[in-house]
Parts: sequence; structure tokens; C-alpha cells
Amino acid sequence: MQTLTQRLANPTHFMALSARLLPWVAGAAGVLIAVGLYLALFVAPPDYQQGQTAKIMYVHVPSAWLAMFGYVLVAASSFGLLVFRHPLADVSAKAAAPIGAVFTGLCLLTGMLWGKPMWGAFWVWDPRLTSVLILFLLYLGLIALRSSIEDESLAGKLTAVLALVGIAIIPVIKFSVDWNSLHQPASITRLGAPAIHTSLLWPLLVMTLGMALLFVAFHLKAMRNEILRRRVKALRIVRADAGAALAQHVAG
Amino acid sequence: MAWKDGGTIGVALGFYLIVVTLLPLGLGPDLNLLSRIAPGLLWVALLLSALLSLGRLFESDLEDGSLDVLATGPLPLEAVAAAKSLAHWLTTGVPLAALAPALGLLLNLQPDAYAVLVATMLIGTPAISFIGSVGAALTLRTRRGGLLLALLMLPLFVPTLIFGISAISAALTNSEAYGPSLLILGAISLAAVALAPVATGAALRFQLQ
Repeated sequence: MQTLTQRLANPTHFMALSARLLPWVAGAAGVLIAVGLYLALFVAPPDYQQGQTAKIMYVHVPSAWLAMFGYVLVAASSFGLLVFRHPLADVSAKAAAPIGAVFTGLCLLTGMLWGKPMWGAFWVWDPRLTSVLILFLLYLGLIALRSSIEDESLAGKLTAVLALVGIAIIPVIKFSVDWNSLHQPASITRLGAPAIHTSLLWPLLVMTLGMALLFVAFHLKAMRNEILRRRVKALRIVRADAGAALAQHVAG
Repeated sequence: MAWKDGGTIGVALGFYLIVVTLLPLGLGPDLNLLSRIAPGLLWVALLLSALLSLGRLFESDLEDGSLDVLATGPLPLEAVAAAKSLAHWLTTGVPLAALAPALGLLLNLQPDAYAVLVATMLIGTPAISFIGSVGAALTLRTRRGGLLLALLMLPLFVPTLIFGISAISAALTNSEAYGPSLLILGAISLAAVALAPVATGAALRFQLQ
């Protein structure tokens, strides 16, 4: 009896399964995000201190969680490539990195928009912000490394090595930046502080689930695109080889 | 094999000197300001100078084919990687750490900080060399390898930088408090020495396939 990952190792099976899943995942994501935004904007009470501005939390916090989830996904895919040689592991890692980078960027951007009215500054060098910024740089490094190597299989393996080195360093970065904050901690209402009353918790959970499904939808779609792109490339090579062979046959 | 890179030592040291000279020119000669930023500036400039020679760590061996010979030789590639990283540390990390106090004079570094500064650099630079060797192996044949190396490596150098600065700050505010930071710095370096060659060896193996 094959396990799911074994079955999915066959790209054709993956394409068939993802084709069936994708509309449902994307639809559910859309519905949940719409519901979540409605709950966040109209049902959840405004923060007693920050008023309506605090509602950016409903986008900011899920994107932070998904930024971290994205990197774990890249690292797990890299592990699958190097250790198990799973055929779709490289596709998964390649697809996940840009999506994770976007969610990290979204987290930083919404954080800056929240920070300006709250702290008076778009950016402060406190531990949490610094480590998310470094996570963003790690994502950029992964994307840059992959795009600078022409041989796809080599690019996949080297990017996998980098991803695994990164995942080992991330706890160290968090630890070092946290413990050694040279900067006075900002005296603000912290992100999760409203001792999460249910009226605030539900919109947050709905938004998190919705955005997570959005991530999954993007990831599946990106994997499908990558598989198709590789098929096109392989077909071009076959066609070029056939053309060359024919030319040789005719000439010789 | 290590001393073959003799010319690179001079370049790295010269770059260190130039960067440390540029900042006061850019910021103005206020000695108070300079002495406040001196530890950070000396550390960041050291990281950048070390990056210079990291790029070429494996290139000359790749170019003349000796990397292939090393790969098929008796030593596993991980050991080769460790040896080259150690050589880089001895020929770049240590000289830069030795030059740092002299440059500290230029920046009006506080007298209490000199010993800790050199200590943090000597303890922290092995991490730079060994983690850097991973980057060197990853960017071995890429275009714009040097710039890419910097992008990849600088986030990974952050823990070393932070604990190095933390030790120096601790020494300046309270003369005995730098111990824990130095210990953690040492732990990072030891972990890098133990684990980075595995990643470097894997990357080299993939590059040579």
C-alpha cells in the first residue's frame, strides 16, 4: 500500500490530484478570508487604546505565521530532496520560496503601516522585527541562488543545502537577537496581548485559516506551473534532438 | 597550500583599513561619536573583509583541476572543506583580528574594549570562515558569485556579530559581564567548525557531479 507521498511522487498523479483539489482550496480560502475580513472589520470591537488601527493585526499576525511556515515548508522539501530524493521535492521547494518571501514581505509591510501610528516610526530595531527581516533576506538568498545557476538539477540541490543551513541558523538568530537586544524594547501593546477575548480570537483564526489555505492554493498552483514548465522544456529538448538527428540523417 | 594565498592576506587587510578609514570621513571627526560606533564598525568591516577572500576559497582549485583530484583522493570532501576553512581562518581571520586593535586606535576605541575586541574576533572568526566556506562552495561557478555570496552569508553571520558586539558592550559597561557572550560566541564557532564542513562537502560534491 503506497503512502500519500509515494503516490504523489508520480507527477501525473500529482497533477490529477491537484487539479481536483485546487478549486476547492482556492474557493475555501476566498470564502474564509472574506468572512474573516468581515468579522475583523465589522464584528470585532476596536482596541480600547489603538482604535481601529489595531485591526491590521488580522492580516499582520497570520502573514507572520505563514512566513515561518513557508520556510519550514522549503526546508522540509529540501530535506525530502536530499535525503529521500523525492521527485517532486525540488518542485515544492522552488514553488514555496517566493510565496514565503511574499508573506514575509506582507508581514513587514503591514507591520510598518501599523508601527507608524503606534510607535511613531516605520521601523525599529527590536528583536522580532530584526529576525523577520533576516528571514526575508534568507528567502531572497534562496531565490537568488536558484536563479543564478543554470543547471536545474544542480540549482535544486545547492538551494536545498542552503535552505537546510538556514533552518539550522534561524533558531540561533532568534535567540541571539532576542536575548541581546541592544535596543530598548518598544513599549507598545504587543501583538497577541489582548488577552485574546473570543470576539478577537475568532476573526484571527478565520483569517489565519483563510490565508493558510491561500498559501496552499498558491503553492499547488506554482507546483503545477513548474511541472508544466519542466515538461515544456523537456519537449523542446526532444524536438531539438529530433531535428538535429533528422538534419544529420539528411546530410549524411 | 595556505600560504599560496599570500597575496590575498594583503588585500583583505588593506580593504579592512580602507573601510575603517572611509567611515570617519563620511561621519565627521567627532571622536566621541567614533568611539561609540567603533566596536560595531570594526566588526562589520571585518565581516566584509573576510567575505572578500571567501569567494576565492575554492575557485583556484576548481580552475586548475585540483578540486577533482581532491574529490577522488583519500580524504573525504568534508575533510578537504574543513582544511580549507581552517586555512582561510589562519590566513584571513587571524590577521584581520590582529589588525583590529590598530584600527581601534584610529577610531578612538575605549581602552577597556581592546582586549575583549580581539578576544571576540579570535573566537568569532572561525565561525565566519567555516560558515563562509558553505557559501563559497554554493556560489562556486555562478555569475556574480561574489555579490551572491555576500547576500547569502551576511544573514548567517548575524549571530556571531550580535554576540561579539554584546561582549564588547558588556565589557565597556561592567568589566566582568562579557563572559556569557564570549562563551556563546565560542559555542557558535565550535558548532560551525563541526557542522559546516558537512554542508560544504555536500555542496562541493554536487558541484563536481
